[in-house]
Amino acid sequence: MKKYSIFSLVRNALSFHQDWGKAWRSPSPKSSYDVIIIGGGGHGLATAYYLAKEHGITNVAVIEKGWIGGGNTGRNTTIIRSNYLWDESAAIYDKSLQLYEGLSTDLNYNIMLSQRGVMNLAHNLHDLREINRRINANILNGIDSEFLNPTKIKQMLPIINMSPTARFPILGASFQPRGGVARHDAVAWGFARAADNLGVDIIQQCEVTGINQKAGSVASINTTKGIITAKKIAIVVAGHSSQIAEMAGIRLPINSYPLQAMVSEPIKPIINTVVMSNAVHVYVSQSDKGELVLGAGIDSYNSYTQRGSINVVEQQLSALCELFPLFSRLRILRQWAGVVDICPDASPIISKTDINGLYINCGWGTGGFKATPGSGWCLAHTIARDEPHKINAPFNLNRFQTGALIDEHGAAAVAH
Amino acid sequence: MLMISCPWCGCREETEFQHGGEAHIKRPEKPETLSDASWAEYLFMETNNKGIYLERWAHRYGCRRWFNVARNTITNEILAIYKIGENPPSKVR
Repeated sequence: MKKYSIFSLVRNALSFHQDWGKAWRSPSPKSSYDVIIIGGGGHGLATAYYLAKEHGITNVAVIEKGWIGGGNTGRNTTIIRSNYLWDESAAIYDKSLQLYEGLSTDLNYNIMLSQRGVMNLAHNLHDLREINRRINANILNGIDSEFLNPTKIKQMLPIINMSPTARFPILGASFQPRGGVARHDAVAWGFARAADNLGVDIIQQCEVTGINQKAGSVASINTTKGIITAKKIAIVVAGHSSQIAEMAGIRLPINSYPLQAMVSEPIKPIINTVVMSNAVHVYVSQSDKGELVLGAGIDSYNSYTQRGSINVVEQQLSALCELFPLFSRLRILRQWAGVVDICPDASPIISKTDINGLYINCGWGTGGFKATPGSGWCLAHTIARDEPHKINAPFNLNRFQTGALIDEHGAAAVAH
Repeated sequence: MLMISCPWCGCREETEFQHGGEAHIKRPEKPETLSDASWAEYLFMETNNKGIYLERWAHRYGCRRWFNVARNTITNEILAIYKIGENPPSKVR
């Protein structure tokens, strides 16, 4: 791997940037691997990278049906934060945030992490109590979290509508200074390049059509590029988790829903933080190109359409205009949806399964991007040691039988 | 936006309705005799299939009555609407 640096940039400028090498190889699949990861999104690529880097397991393939980072990794609103209420969630999301903080250097790839802070607004007494409870829980877990009063909010966001007669007046906010945004594509590409450099084969345009077992253990997968044998297989496919798990005879507590996002036309810098509101339900940040990046909740019914309903767009835009009346004149440039996999407790699954050598990472729902490095790190540990790390042990598939759910519905600072 | 034909009120916009999840899931008759795994299967496990999906809807801001819908989850096309207690029409089975 050629190291990216200011010197390589200058050197390549001299040849008009025509001689940059490919960031990763595109090999044909070998007939056998130690570990196969199904799904070349951020989580799958991160898993491959940490398997190679932390555990020395380099005979690994990442099998992707389309192109890497083309699913939810490239469709989210790029928000990163770890201000979750419950201890289990706080631990895994903060692990992820810590990894994000060193990731550009670690991968030698600029993921454009911008720790501009994440603000969660309170619009009523209940919101205020919930926010203060969460701030205190965060502080006990060593996560930076503070309360902002209306004066402070107005200082940070002069354009926000602080009128006391607003339908949803703003009474306060929680703020996590270490939160922010990162370039989502760069996270996928950075992990891909670094994993490839350590020997991982990234195989795109290769659909998995079956998972074969032998005596209670995984044996191989059928793909559109032939049969590939593996000692261990991990399913990391987000919205299509139910379909891939079904190939191994596993039923999941997952429903797949469209989650929409959109961007406005680009404008000059106007919002320097990430603003989220649970009650009126929208979240907004501004991209480096100047577009407002907007997101909200999932559509109401399960679907694989990657499209979503117009009433959800209408709802989140009205929420945006409620908070920032001056945005009412902006035009929306693009709208899209990804298919997200939602668990009954709105918490993910990073777990072994009843089949030896088969692991599953799914259920990230609406919050997967922020967890990308932490999720990969935990799954890599689980695969390499054949037992979960203490961070992801609570996120096992068995919790739906034992009842030890991690109920983040409404607890996680924003509704799902 | 979906246009859904309530069996009682006729064709209305999706925003009048509430999605009620998968249809035809029977509550086990003797839950106390079930294993934890069987109870979890009833309570949490989902079909979540790609293709024809049988689901319940309630006309929340209309007549407030429940009914069943057969919908293709790849296209969102509604293939059949039938009342609670009825079996799905043969074309979507």
